[in-house]
Amino acid sequence: MALSDKDRIFTNLYGIHHWGLTEARRRGNWDGTAGIIAKGRDWIIEEMKQSGLRGRGGAGFPTGLKWSFMPKESPDGRPSYLVVNCDESEPGTCKDRDIIRNDPHTLIEGCLIAAVAMGAHAGYIYVRGEYYNEHLVLQAAIEEAYEAGLLGPNAAGSGWDFDLYVHRGAGAYICGEETALIESLEGKKGMPRLKPPFPAAVGLYGCPTTVNNVETIAVVPEILRRGASWFASFGRPKNSGTKVFCIQGHVNKPCNVEAEMSIPMRELIERYAGGVRGGWDNLLAVIPGGSSTPLLPKHICDDVLMDFDALREHKSGLGTAGVIVMDKSTDIIRAIARLAQFYKHESCGQCTPCREGMGWQKRLMDRMVEGRAEIAEIDVLESVTRQIEGHTICALADGGVWPVQGLIRHFRPLMEERIAAYKAKKSGGAMPLAAE
Amino acid sequence: MAKVTIDGIEIEVPNGATVLQACEAAAKEIPRFCYHERLSVAGNCRMCLVEVEKAPKPVASCAYPVADGMKVFTDSPMVRNARRNVMEFLLINHPLDCPICDQGGECDLQDQATAYGGQGGRYMEEKRAVKDKYLGPLVKTIMNRCIQCTRCVRFATEVAGVPELGATGRGEDLQIGTYVEKALTTELSGNLIDICPVGALTSRPYAYVARPWELRKTDSVDVLDATGTNIRVDTRGPEVVRILPRTNEDVNEEWMADRGRFAFDGLKRRRLDRPWVRRDGKLRQSSWEEAFSVISEKMHGLKGDQVGAIAGDLVDAESAFALRALMRGLGSANTDCRQDGAAIDTSRRDFYLFNSGITGIDEADALVIIGSNPRREAPVLNARIRKRWASGSMKVAQIGPQGLDLTYNAEHLGEGPLAIAGLMDGSLGFAETLKAAKKPMVIVGRAALARPDGAAILAAAWDLAKAFGALTPEWHGFNVLHLFGGQVGALDAGFVPGEGGRDVAGMLQGGLQALWLLGADDIDTALIPSDTFVVYQGHHGDRGAARADVILPGAAYTEKDATYVSTEGRVQRGRLALFPPGEAKEDWRIIRAAGAALDVALEFDTLDALRERMVAFNPIFGVVDGRVAGGCADSSGPRASGAMGEAAFTLPLADYWLADTVSRASETMAQCSRIYNDPAPRLAAE
Amino acid sequence: MSAPQHQEPVSFAFDEQSEAQIATILKRYPENKKASGVIPLLYVVQKQMGRQTGSAWVPRVAMDQVALRLGMAPIRVYEVATFYFMFNTKPIGRYHLQVCGTTPCWLRGSDEVARACRDAGHLKGYGDTSDDGLFTMTEVECLGGCVNAPILQVDDDYYEDLDYDSTVQLIEALKRGDRPKPGSARGRLCSAPEGGPETLLDIPLAEGK
Repeated sequence: MALSDKDRIFTNLYGIHHWGLTEARRRGNWDGTAGIIAKGRDWIIEEMKQSGLRGRGGAGFPTGLKWSFMPKESPDGRPSYLVVNCDESEPGTCKDRDIIRNDPHTLIEGCLIAAVAMGAHAGYIYVRGEYYNEHLVLQAAIEEAYEAGLLGPNAAGSGWDFDLYVHRGAGAYICGEETALIESLEGKKGMPRLKPPFPAAVGLYGCPTTVNNVETIAVVPEILRRGASWFASFGRPKNSGTKVFCIQGHVNKPCNVEAEMSIPMRELIERYAGGVRGGWDNLLAVIPGGSSTPLLPKHICDDVLMDFDALREHKSGLGTAGVIVMDKSTDIIRAIARLAQFYKHESCGQCTPCREGMGWQKRLMDRMVEGRAEIAEIDVLESVTRQIEGHTICALADGGVWPVQGLIRHFRPLMEERIAAYKAKKSGGAMPLAAE
Repeated sequence: MAKVTIDGIEIEVPNGATVLQACEAAAKEIPRFCYHERLSVAGNCRMCLVEVEKAPKPVASCAYPVADGMKVFTDSPMVRNARRNVMEFLLINHPLDCPICDQGGECDLQDQATAYGGQGGRYMEEKRAVKDKYLGPLVKTIMNRCIQCTRCVRFATEVAGVPELGATGRGEDLQIGTYVEKALTTELSGNLIDICPVGALTSRPYAYVARPWELRKTDSVDVLDATGTNIRVDTRGPEVVRILPRTNEDVNEEWMADRGRFAFDGLKRRRLDRPWVRRDGKLRQSSWEEAFSVISEKMHGLKGDQVGAIAGDLVDAESAFALRALMRGLGSANTDCRQDGAAIDTSRRDFYLFNSGITGIDEADALVIIGSNPRREAPVLNARIRKRWASGSMKVAQIGPQGLDLTYNAEHLGEGPLAIAGLMDGSLGFAETLKAAKKPMVIVGRAALARPDGAAILAAAWDLAKAFGALTPEWHGFNVLHLFGGQVGALDAGFVPGEGGRDVAGMLQGGLQALWLLGADDIDTALIPSDTFVVYQGHHGDRGAARADVILPGAAYTEKDATYVSTEGRVQRGRLALFPPGEAKEDWRIIRAAGAALDVALEFDTLDALRERMVAFNPIFGVVDGRVAGGCADSSGPRASGAMGEAAFTLPLADYWLADTVSRASETMAQCSRIYNDPAPRLAAE
Repeated sequence: MSAPQHQEPVSFAFDEQSEAQIATILKRYPENKKASGVIPLLYVVQKQMGRQTGSAWVPRVAMDQVALRLGMAPIRVYEVATFYFMFNTKPIGRYHLQVCGTTPCWLRGSDEVARACRDAGHLKGYGDTSDDGLFTMTEVECLGGCVNAPILQVDDDYYEDLDYDSTVQLIEALKRGDRPKPGSARGRLCSAPEGGPETLLDIPLAEGK
């Protein structure tokens, strides 16, 4: 049974209504916020744990648990910070964009509640630089909230003082990594930090900090209003809740949609995105959760569920739930080669394996697209990806090699064919064949 | 303490130590490129990966803190594999130009490649080409070799305190440079060459000069400033080809100032390699025999007070002591080593030493610098001050010219001695900082003493230290910062006026029949009366030699076994790395021979005998490589005479690169002087 | 990476409008953490250059001004300006045509968008600036609007659901000095499916506020 509109958290995902405060309140935002906060920090964190919400930014870390790492008291006078990650740059992902431009008050209200839960009196929302028009809306919504007393001293009558600021990035995928984001916010290059220490101990300006994805924070108020069990009732255990999916590529009607977790992929695509171009049988493969998650060939897509665990069983992942659909017309080697180019472009350059390896991988992939390679070089490519994986400070490199590994895992014969065809063409050019 | 097991060896290391430090404690060598123990941890080269039990991935040992009960494996298949992987990545874009690379033979990458490199290359794509950068006249760049470890960036920012180097761009286009292509404005740039683990940053003067295995290496000590930097002099055949710092945690750590490192080409130029004698107003080449016979002829029979001697700033303690003995033997009390006329009170050693010691800086919590620019006068010592300041544990104030860039923040208290009074009477706010400090330090520059009111300033600086509790039985916070490696040794050897003797100004006033200049090039020789017979003993044809009637060619600091005392009173030995050129000789021998010519019985025929005499004269000469540390036993101050004036302090070494006889003969230093004193920055396009 | 010498203006000073923006920006960060303002201030520079010269870029002398204003070493500003892709460290054309070429857009025809830019903008390819100085064409990585692919970002605005013809029309409009409304070229409502939303049609609204 499909998710009904009454169970959707993002009631204005498409901007059917106005994003402003008056309309947002009519849709249920900012309802009883002070009462929720009055239940206290421990209650909020416990309720978040019970809801089973896992971070919506890609890694899927349990949100309540993450918040519980923040110090209860500041022993040394350092403030705590909430930082919201709206650096949405994972290819295939465009959900946070809709939240900040069409439903900003879900996020702003969530920030206040999350800030209370982690003892923060200040928060920064880091918006990717390209979302210029979107950030204007978010900024305006924040100003509205200030005027209405929902932010600032005694925010929303909660007794909690909270300031919220928007900070724009400037074109760097790596700033979606939480410590790179913090560095960037501090005015430096977005180069991930060594961990430990983790941000909950030493984060923004050296202070305890929690970085959460926009969607993660934006669903908080509704979870607390309706209760953890309501949210947990959707999806499979440990994969609970509703989720905004971005369905794109070779589908008839690309769109964003909030659906229940664990929905079968095929149902997701057919119910909401008008199905695969040319019909389900025309499907070649799907990248299920943003570019970092390895592609799945059609036979897996036939019955795989869209959640963390099901996709991991197939050596892929839910990631950010950016569902990139590719039909049989796709040059899948080129599709993945273009991702290799993306990761090369976005490597910060700090760690040797990523800095050097991403370029190597990209150049090898470019030759694979042409077939201008030896079959044995597929093994070189594979080993290059394994050499990069797990050897760097952050996970960009891992995410950058998984798509290629997925390609080799599922489409090696195609790569070999391409190489053979190139060789045939070359020798064909040099030596006319008798039959011709 | 945490108990950690490294490859089965159980050891205890302090909590907060890194896995790499634990591995080193267990004598397990961990390869590394970006990690440097004196720089912040970058953790980016990924060469130091080790396996930690229960960790899913190998961890960067340089950045990973130990935990009690941790089990670490440094030689497991996972580790070997990870290092081979990283090495392959480092090499794909690294040129195979080891045969023409000056780092060859002492290259970390080359060394590690022998351990972790593959048999052949699998990288068939185009290699990266990186444009070379201009960093100044001393550091040559071949940026294709750069492995982006960022050690140089961290050194410039953290140690040298000149945040001018950076890594611009990103990904595989990440490039090290200054972006605006200008010479790094630091006196410590040579250290970039040492810390670069590959051949990206090499020495410009040493380019294509030699291979490390061709060199003879002699441990010695730098004398071109008074820090006492421990050095290694690399020679090939009859010439010094480079000078490198040696690690001495108590003195220079592993750093070295540019003048000491790069001025050595001055050791080959303008050298005095044979005796000269002035005949008919012109200096002519001569022989030792003739030189001594002229000296004997001119000086025999002169009364003691008609004879005098001035020692220069680079002299070794042995020659100073020997010359003093000669002068006393001639009945003269006219000896002085303070060419600058500094009002140094030698009645007690702690009146003229950097008493806190260089390591004392690491403990100090407040510092007042009076009339000194340590950045120029002792760059390595200044880096130590910066390190302490950067730790947040020491506040610094400065009395002297405004706008001085010391590489750290120093509150400017005033331009002249009035500010000392302002601290004493509490009218300057920094007095509160000093009062609150447990180990306050006062540094008074030697130049601050070289003025008419120098004695009063010395006394006032001492009183300041005393007033703020810097002079206690546990802590000696009074410090004089000298400028050259020969200055303190000569003071310790008693090369100051004896009873009734004349000082430098007195000797230049006239009345002397004969004046012996031992490496003294920084006096105004025009003041010497034309009828005074002048002997110049030294190694360079500089200002002193130009006025001489007889020139006795001596040995430079690289050419003799000799004793030098640093500003902190550390007695160290320089060693003969190569023989003096031509007919030049070790200086104490020249003086010994002069004694014979002048019928003065000197009680030493060998270096050992001379040194015995020196220890008998001043036991400090027996404390080689050490220094007498400790608090201030007697807080009564040096004798004051007169009152402090109001004149602003002026700083010495207006041209850092040309500050001494050797540097003035160096082409490298001349080039530095040209470039660094040029107000217009050099552009890349030039 | 070196600063281009030849195109550098000799000086840069923030104008009144920029100063007002800077004042607002710096209020967001703790007093002793002014370096946080480096990205915002570089944007201020880039906008001002756009206003004043028609080319929105960040010259080196302006980076020095940013460093001065924020108490940073200039090299730290150079690092930031060259790390983040949205800062143009070289002059660009009046309109910055930023073609998303990453896989989601490529699957939906970004090659056609690029071809349209070349044809209509008289551009040789990525990195090129048209002879009339009107357009610079850059390939950018995923713009985060993937369900509306392919996307062309012109300066700050996203033009979505493009094809060859609609891209040509857009560029022709820009040449005429028009600024078409950003968003879907096919009339979609944000990220809703084509033909209109199929969900979120039944949202109960409370009365009044």
